Amino acid sequence: MGARRLYESGLGGSGDEIYAALLEAHKGLSEAESEALNARLVLLLANRIGNAHEVLELIETARSYTG
Amino acid sequence: MPAYPYAEQPFIRPPELDGGRTDAPVAIVGAGPIGLSMAIDLALKGVKTVVLDDNNVVSVGSRAICWAKRTLEIFDRLGVGERMLEKGVTWKVGRNFHGRDEVYSFDLLPEAGHKYPAFINLQQYYVEEYLLERAREFPDLIDVRFLNKVTGHEDGGDGVRLSVETPEGTYTLDARYMLACDGANSPTRTRMGLDFSGQTFEERFLICDIEMKGSPFGDHDTPERWFWFDPPFHPGKSALLHKQPDDIYRIDLQLDAGADPEAEVAPDRVVPRLRAIVGDKPFRIDWLSVYRFRCMMLDRFVHGHVIFVGDSAHVVSPFGARGGNGGIQDVDNLGWKLAAVLKGEAPESLIDSYDEERRHGAEENILNSSRATNFMTPKTPAEALFRAETLRLAHDQPFARELINSGRLSRPCSLAGFPLQTPGGGPVVPGTAMPDAPLGGDWLISLVQGDFTLVGFGNVRLPAVPGIRRIGVDQRGDYPCHGDAEGFALGRYGMGLAYLFRPDGHVAAVFDAPTAAQVGAARDRALGRIPAMQEAV
Ligand SMILES: Cc1cc2nc3c(=O)[nH]c(=O)nc-3n(C[C@H](O)[C@H](O)[C@H](O)COP(=O)(O)OP(=O)(O)OC[C@H]3O[C@@H](n4cnc5c(N)ncnc54)[C@H](O)[C@@H]3O)c2cc1C
Repeated sequence: MGARRLYESGLGGSGDEIYAALLEAHKGLSEAESEALNARLVLLLANRIGNAHEVLELIETARSYTG
Repeated sequence: MPAYPYAEQPFIRPPELDGGRTDAPVAIVGAGPIGLSMAIDLALKGVKTVVLDDNNVVSVGSRAICWAKRTLEIFDRLGVGERMLEKGVTWKVGRNFHGRDEVYSFDLLPEAGHKYPAFINLQQYYVEEYLLERAREFPDLIDVRFLNKVTGHEDGGDGVRLSVETPEGTYTLDARYMLACDGANSPTRTRMGLDFSGQTFEERFLICDIEMKGSPFGDHDTPERWFWFDPPFHPGKSALLHKQPDDIYRIDLQLDAGADPEAEVAPDRVVPRLRAIVGDKPFRIDWLSVYRFRCMMLDRFVHGHVIFVGDSAHVVSPFGARGGNGGIQDVDNLGWKLAAVLKGEAPESLIDSYDEERRHGAEENILNSSRATNFMTPKTPAEALFRAETLRLAHDQPFARELINSGRLSRPCSLAGFPLQTPGGGPVVPGTAMPDAPLGGDWLISLVQGDFTLVGFGNVRLPAVPGIRRIGVDQRGDYPCHGDAEGFALGRYGMGLAYLFRPDGHVAAVFDAPTAAQVGAARDRALGRIPAMQEAV
């Protein structure tokens, strides 16, 4: 299992706004549409980060909470 | 069989059946593209080989078609590159479609100044025919024996004894080295009980060659590589289209995991699918087969005096054309090393560097081929989801196009960082397969490959070192010098640098003011005579 990294906040005080926007984006979507939206979002975010090492660390951290 | 006129090769009674012997130090099992290339490479270095094949025709059925630039450059050194280029269909643009829409296209060789194009398509039976004809130009060095099946072998520690079965009896053959070029189902590998592990893909693929006048490439007839995800004519699956010589087109169609191969090749099943791709133009089916693909390799390619080369050592799914192309790079890597060992110019341990360098190449090919095949054949809902959304985004998001994987096409493998190379810098780093450049009426790859060669680009003096050929580019010297009128060579290699190339055209070392001692040491390192140098940090 990959290592979990602990991240300090990088949200610059806009956490509530971003979180609300995520919920808003899924409003009225079917489960399948929500999953697809999340997949697109992950792809877009990965591209914005653009650095394989950082993306791999994020994947490992997310995965470390499974189960 | 395809319409290609297969010539049956004669059985020639081997001398061993009448008490004779051969003094060839190398026995090659298998006269496929890899075994034949191996024999030619060794013959060019004066090494005698016996090539044994259980069959008597070139490639049965239609298999490989795409041959990469690096392979053509190696074939150039073997003396068959120009012939392949002339007969082959040159292409460099690939287009990926999703549904009805084109989502991504790529140009594999956007720049000029190379002798060979990014790719040609040429049926494997032609490749083997040309290699066989070339091998026959060395009657004193290459003894190709058709209908000679190797049924056993024994590595006695200083050489190998092979058991061979022929229509007129059996015999044994002794050789210092046995090269197992006996293909994906290598009987040598089975006999030795070696683990061949990796991934098998459940989906089956229907491979069709059809002969047709007129182009299926939309409104133009420039040969390209077209790949469809989920096309209207084959919903939910993928399809691939290539042009080959003789008006033959290759169409690959992905089938269901549980597809019945017999049923899939039935005309009432195949013809409507092909019609959906090529429209109502008349065509003739030349060859049909159904495959399941694997990505697997041996843990070691060198086992004492038995050396695995080509498909016997590693197999990949064909998306990316890394099977045959990878095998030809094996040949390129092993040929000069084996010849140097047999001539006493290098220690036997040099052969281990083949194992190390080419396992690295095979791993790279397997990684790329399995990623492409996984993209094409999603196995879980999550895999299918990411693929669907990647394809959806790719219609207008530039970044997503890069994620579409219909095969990452074979590229020359870099050997940077391996112990034979002398660490150093320059626009082309040690370990890289040499980039080509035009030099007057000639080409850099044709002038350099084959022997250890020191090339000076621009203002750099080349010391004389016995056994090392020297070539100057855009300079004067007491060795052959060539102009660089269009500036390609200096543009690619940099100004005022000298490069030492290995006989396989990979860069061994880069210098800015080389001394004879430095160049000699780099050559000795490449031959495994002196230890590796630690990378300077
Ligand atoms: C559908 C398909 C498409 C492909 N497309 C491409 C492509 O586009 N580009 C590419 O680079 N590669 C491609 N490949 C892969 C390519 O065909 C192989 O990598 C290539 O044939 C390997 O050559 P080889 O000489 O190692 O083995 P083979 O071609 O299999 O030759 C092995 C030889 O050994 C002989 N032999 C076996 N056992 C014995 C024995 N006991 N005694 C004597 N002789 C024996 C066989 O008769 C045969 O002649 C494709 C493969 C397939 C199936």
